[in-house]
Amino acid sequence: MILKAVLTMSPEGVNSFRAGPDESGRFGLFGGRYVAETLMPLILEVEQAYHNARKDPEFLRLMDYYLAHYVGRPSPLYFAERLTAHLGGAKIYLKRDELNHTGSHKANNVLGQVLLAKRMGKTRIIAETGAGQHGVATATFCALFDIPCVVYMGATDVERQAPNVARMKLLGAEVRPVTSGSRTLKDAMNEGLRDWVAHVHDTYYVIGTAAGPHPYPEMVRDFQSVIGRETREQIIAAEGRLPDTLIACIGGGSNAIGLFHPFLDDQDVEMFGVEAAGRGVETGEHAAAIGGGKPGVLHGNRTYLLQDDDGQIAEAHSISAGLDYPGIGPEHSWLAQQGRVQYVNATDEEALEAFQTCARLEGIIPALEPAHALAFVLRWAGSQPKDKLVVMNMCGRGDKDVFAVAQHLGLPI
Amino acid sequence: MSRLSKRFDDLKAEGRGGFIPFVTAYDPDINTFKKILAGLPEAGADVIEIGVPFTDPAADGPSIQAAGQRALKAGASLKGTLEIIRDFRKTNNETPIVLMGYFNPIYRMGCEKFANVAAEAGVDGLITVDLPPEEEEELRGPVQSAGLDIVRLIAPTTDDNRLPNVLKHASGFIYYVSIAGITGTTTPTIDSIELAAKRLRKHTKLPLAVGFGIRTPELANAVSRTADAAVVGSAVVERVAANLDANGNALPGLVDDVLHLVKSLSDGVRTRS
Ligand SMILES: Cc1ncc(COP(=O)(O)O)c(C=O)c1O
Repeated sequence: MILKAVLTMSPEGVNSFRAGPDESGRFGLFGGRYVAETLMPLILEVEQAYHNARKDPEFLRLMDYYLAHYVGRPSPLYFAERLTAHLGGAKIYLKRDELNHTGSHKANNVLGQVLLAKRMGKTRIIAETGAGQHGVATATFCALFDIPCVVYMGATDVERQAPNVARMKLLGAEVRPVTSGSRTLKDAMNEGLRDWVAHVHDTYYVIGTAAGPHPYPEMVRDFQSVIGRETREQIIAAEGRLPDTLIACIGGGSNAIGLFHPFLDDQDVEMFGVEAAGRGVETGEHAAAIGGGKPGVLHGNRTYLLQDDDGQIAEAHSISAGLDYPGIGPEHSWLAQQGRVQYVNATDEEALEAFQTCARLEGIIPALEPAHALAFVLRWAGSQPKDKLVVMNMCGRGDKDVFAVAQHLGLPI
Repeated sequence: MSRLSKRFDDLKAEGRGGFIPFVTAYDPDINTFKKILAGLPEAGADVIEIGVPFTDPAADGPSIQAAGQRALKAGASLKGTLEIIRDFRKTNNETPIVLMGYFNPIYRMGCEKFANVAAEAGVDGLITVDLPPEEEEELRGPVQSAGLDIVRLIAPTTDDNRLPNVLKHASGFIYYVSIAGITGTTTPTIDSIELAAKRLRKHTKLPLAVGFGIRTPELANAVSRTADAAVVGSAVVERVAANLDANGNALPGLVDDVLHLVKSLSDGVRTRS
């Protein structure tokens, strides 16, 4: 059975790309636990609780049960025939994580963390959100498991992702708009950390991407790796072999690491992480942490960050609220440094173009986030040989973006 | 002997606790800040804590966040803050200065370069909010060789198992965060502070400062009787904010008003009845 929530415990040797993080939560130079002393005991408690949970058959059984019957896994691996014909190159498969309940890959992670919070006896859940997908997923599982939920969301994002704000409220969550700093995802995360410091005893913080202090990057990766494990079995069933290329968009990097991680030690599988280039990396208005950033420390981990020479964090820019973040998960920073994964990017314009192409050719309206991955596919796949097998993670659906995109395109609605 | 040790020894000899105001560098602009800084010793600051502005101060409440934003708008940088301290030291060689900030600006400058420049400028101690002992190694070496004190934060959540590790490389004084929360949001009870002080004294002989929720001369006084010093931050930067015009520029009475508040707080600490 494909689902099997096997949460990897780094069985591979030291020469493996899958062995990280080490005991102090590091992937090479990156990662760690850069949090205030007030939070430190809590972070250690979460780590201990997670390491116990992933060895507990009952926890794994619950994961499998809800992934299958509530989230709707496994998600299909779909051969995008018309897109492939249109580009005239590599054979393109889409991993359909946009079909998950709540509309994105975020559900995979939230399920795991909310189950963990319950095990830990926590009675209140908080989360940050950018596009609102993580917030919706968190609000959903909090409704299901009957836990009060507060979601922090940058005031800018509250405006541009209005449908998701309404969804969260319908699900019973309290949405708190964040007006500090740049009023987007990074500031929502600051508010999440501030809330947590003030409610250490009863509250669990569900971080939405593979970033933050250890153990979050590892834990979120493990929960998202169901994407890659399914893909592995599905592509072998369909084609009799492993794929040649994996492609995913990168905000903090959770959908990408979820797809990549089970393949990291398969040397012949090449991987592209697609960052948001906004108005173009050369303009300075972008969200490409690896493409245009430097190592630094923010939100509990050392990683590539957009910043100035004084170490002040720069504002990111992307048309996609989910990619509009000046950092990236630490494991990606390490994989970039190792040269194991190539990090490329796509602009706002390219993503909008890909959004429309996908809708017309495949009848799938993608979220603006995976539209960036698709933009790279459009640019690149045509020049690749026809027997090349490519899997792109279609990690979210575009319902939430329909109004914003229509506005950009000047469509009457 | 370091300035910090000497100051705490002197306080002990005087038989009173100390008063430590917190101000954000460059708040609300560089010149006004320099005037505030210059006036603090006279207003009764026994030690001065200077906040280094950072775009993402995840441990700070609204007042200190706002101060940091004003400062960044006014062109604040870590390098510039060290310059200001260097200037201050031309006329004051006694009042210890402790920098409080986040790690990224230091990391960007380079730990070794930062430690040397800070020591040379006349900084005495360092509180790096998001650098728990577990992550401190790369900064500790350079900072200790440069002769700066590492001031450790201890929280209500720091349990007895963790304490020895947190205290291990601490020097100068230790800083007890009196509430589980961000700066300036809630007020601790004096009972909880007394309990914490009792517990901490069993583990260390270092002077103990207490801060994060102290706003009034009365509480500052009470704290300084139990601990060796009281830190007041949000109330001070709020006084800066209260003296700005609609465009965020300093009104004429700002410096006097801030120093007046500092004086009343330090008088509170000095009152022994
Ligand atoms: C559909 C979708 N894809 C991708 C992302 C980016 O996050 P990550 O890089 O963690 O997958 C988001 C974040 O909100 C999202 O909603």
